[in-house]
Amino acid sequence: MRFVDEFRDADKAHALAARIAALCEPGRQYKLMEVCGGHTHTIYKHGLEDYLPESITLVHGPGCPVCVIPMGRVDDAMHLASRPDVIMTSFGDMMRVPGSNGSFFDAKARGTDIRMVYSPLDSLKLARANPDKRVVFMAIGFETTAPSTAMTLLRAKAEGLSNFSVFCNHVTIIPAIKAILDSPDLRLDGFIGPGHVSTVIGCRPYEFIAADHGKPVVVAGFEPLDILQSIYMLMQQLAEGRSEVENQYSRVVPWDGNLVALRAIGETMELRPYFEWRGLGFISHSALRVRESYADFDAELLFGVPGVRVADPKACQCGEVLKGVLKPWECKVFGTACTPETPIGTCMVSPEGACAAYYNYGRMTRQRVPQAIELSSRP
Amino acid sequence: MTTGQAEQGATGWIADALREHQDAERHERGAHPTGHDHNSAGSDPTTPRSAGSDPTTPPHRRPVADREQQVLDRIDRARRRRPKVREERITMSHGAGGKATQTLIEAIFLDAFRNPLLEPLEDSARLEVGAATVALTTDSFVVSPLFFPGGNIGDLAVNGTVNDLAVSGAVPLYLTAGFILEEGFGVADLTKITESMRDAAAAAGVRVVTGDTKVVERGKADGCYINTAGVGLLDPSVSLGVAEARPGDAVLVSGPIGDHGVTIMLARGELDIEADVRSDTASLAGMVAALLAAVPGVRALRDATRGGVATILNEIAKAADVGVVVAEEAIPVRTEVRGAAELLGIDPMYVACEGRLVAVVAGDQADHALAALRAHPLGEQAAIIGEVTADPPGLVTLKTVFGGTRIVDLLVGDPLPRIC
Repeated sequence: MRFVDEFRDADKAHALAARIAALCEPGRQYKLMEVCGGHTHTIYKHGLEDYLPESITLVHGPGCPVCVIPMGRVDDAMHLASRPDVIMTSFGDMMRVPGSNGSFFDAKARGTDIRMVYSPLDSLKLARANPDKRVVFMAIGFETTAPSTAMTLLRAKAEGLSNFSVFCNHVTIIPAIKAILDSPDLRLDGFIGPGHVSTVIGCRPYEFIAADHGKPVVVAGFEPLDILQSIYMLMQQLAEGRSEVENQYSRVVPWDGNLVALRAIGETMELRPYFEWRGLGFISHSALRVRESYADFDAELLFGVPGVRVADPKACQCGEVLKGVLKPWECKVFGTACTPETPIGTCMVSPEGACAAYYNYGRMTRQRVPQAIELSSRP
Repeated sequence: MTTGQAEQGATGWIADALREHQDAERHERGAHPTGHDHNSAGSDPTTPRSAGSDPTTPPHRRPVADREQQVLDRIDRARRRRPKVREERITMSHGAGGKATQTLIEAIFLDAFRNPLLEPLEDSARLEVGAATVALTTDSFVVSPLFFPGGNIGDLAVNGTVNDLAVSGAVPLYLTAGFILEEGFGVADLTKITESMRDAAAAAGVRVVTGDTKVVERGKADGCYINTAGVGLLDPSVSLGVAEARPGDAVLVSGPIGDHGVTIMLARGELDIEADVRSDTASLAGMVAALLAAVPGVRALRDATRGGVATILNEIAKAADVGVVVAEEAIPVRTEVRGAAELLGIDPMYVACEGRLVAVVAGDQADHALAALRAHPLGEQAAIIGEVTADPPGLVTLKTVFGGTRIVDLLVGDPLPRIC
């Protein structure tokens, strides 16, 4: 299939793996963080770690939109959904995220009207079709999904819809990366930058990572060869002692981002003073809320939510996993009490969560493919 | 301020799961680390599963690899524990054919009805009636929409039950048909559905010999539900079952996978994707008869319906306590189906088929079986997709086109599309 198969070519992967192995300094350990959950998914789904030498460790970052939603926000959403006049809508990934009284799926089984949509515009359709109901869209995601929420808000206002609102949980990636860079327990050598987020925000916002923290960043695509090439580019920078922002995903990501999308976000949403991230705690200016001029579409204002902070179950170590301090399997309850069937923490819910990706695809001891090293030793 | 009592915030089942986890941990620490139920390769000193025991592993990696292996063994034991339904109510996941469905069947239904005839949990039960060996099966159909490219609920209801009989090696003979109709359902639609059933039955060589009709108030059902049961005659010398799989056996599929599921998803019209796909609903009886006549070494057949080929492979691995290794590039998937699946972020391996079978045959019979399948019009694109191995037991692994390896586990519930 065109535009897919050429990015999954095993021969090219072997060649890249050899070049990566050749760049490894003997005795040095490399820790590279893939910020985005989409990358984590690709890495496990295609068995990409099989191509990497032992000295390179991939650390899974916080860029999984479902994983960073704190339990209190799920409870708030549940509170909204339980109103008899409300139809709650959200993406499929949200359906199994546990709140303190079960997930959306459980609430649905109890009779709450919760529906899965593929786009917020589908929620708008629902609102038009059900004028006697109030349709709420639970918006989640980074800058990747924020433009579609923004477009929906613009359209809802233009149409003068009075029964549609957004429960906004959009977060922004840069403050999370800052929090990780400032965290004392983690020493990273470089970042595989989030491709989809960068289609919207561009590459400039990462420049401080390279300039102030001296860490290379390569914005990467989502096919396995994209990621391998990005690792190669990072290793090249490290070998040459450079720290720059580079764009591997230039076929999709413009250096300056998507100005139209950014404008739509700016028109409809504004930064919150602070927002709680699961595992990372409160981070200032790290999330978006509906702008005051769109207050008629802000579910938080229209209905009010309890806004109670709920601590994760003590045994859950999602925070450490999200920060990359723990590998999924190092969590005490990984795979025993916490499984994809009965996820205790968010990292086990979304297919982009590090724990779910590891449990579903990677859960076996890897016999690392030695070809990479073999090939690199050839003249 | 009703929600969120900080530390007791966890739901019943979370607290439950954590308690069980602690009990198991305590038990492990008290008893010998490898319990009686532990049958994984991790305890087998001859199988080099742990990278830690591999002399080529650099020393600084060893402790981590060993610790990782311990965790993996613990998970293995957790997976072998008795299934338990933790939810208080039935959710859609319980009907999706994955882990939740399996847990429900084993913990509720099997627990209540347990008997040696039910226990194998095969597609149909094998019964001795007088001198005859008979296969009996039943299946209910609630597909939405009722009509879709390539078929409707009627031919689906006939083919589904016929196929459950056929893959157990039986010659399908008689069907029952039970209808649950919603007040207001169109008679013209009902006629269309029954005509399709008649034609599908004729094509499969079976007759509908008894039935039942119920009507429920508007809103209490979604138009039309159909239940069919079927009986078939078994050749007593034929004994097929996924538990019969042996290391060295070959695994085949009879054609491109995922057509039905993707067709239904697109036919719902929620996705605004158009593609030229049709359901593959068809009777497998003819092809199975041809395969069994031509190849003596057939061990097991399954029709890959809900949960797709991946679920069948897991059933093989679990029932026979073997590994199943498949090659991604060998698995036939139509370009249209692959494209739609890529867009939606779902894996065709988990998407339902309604006219495809998975066959496990003795390794030396693989080519004969492939030829026999390909000689039938339904099996023209049949392929050998992998093999049965001794290790790792109970797990299905996939060699990706990209050259990596990954696990193919049972799905929990419906495949949920990724959002970014």
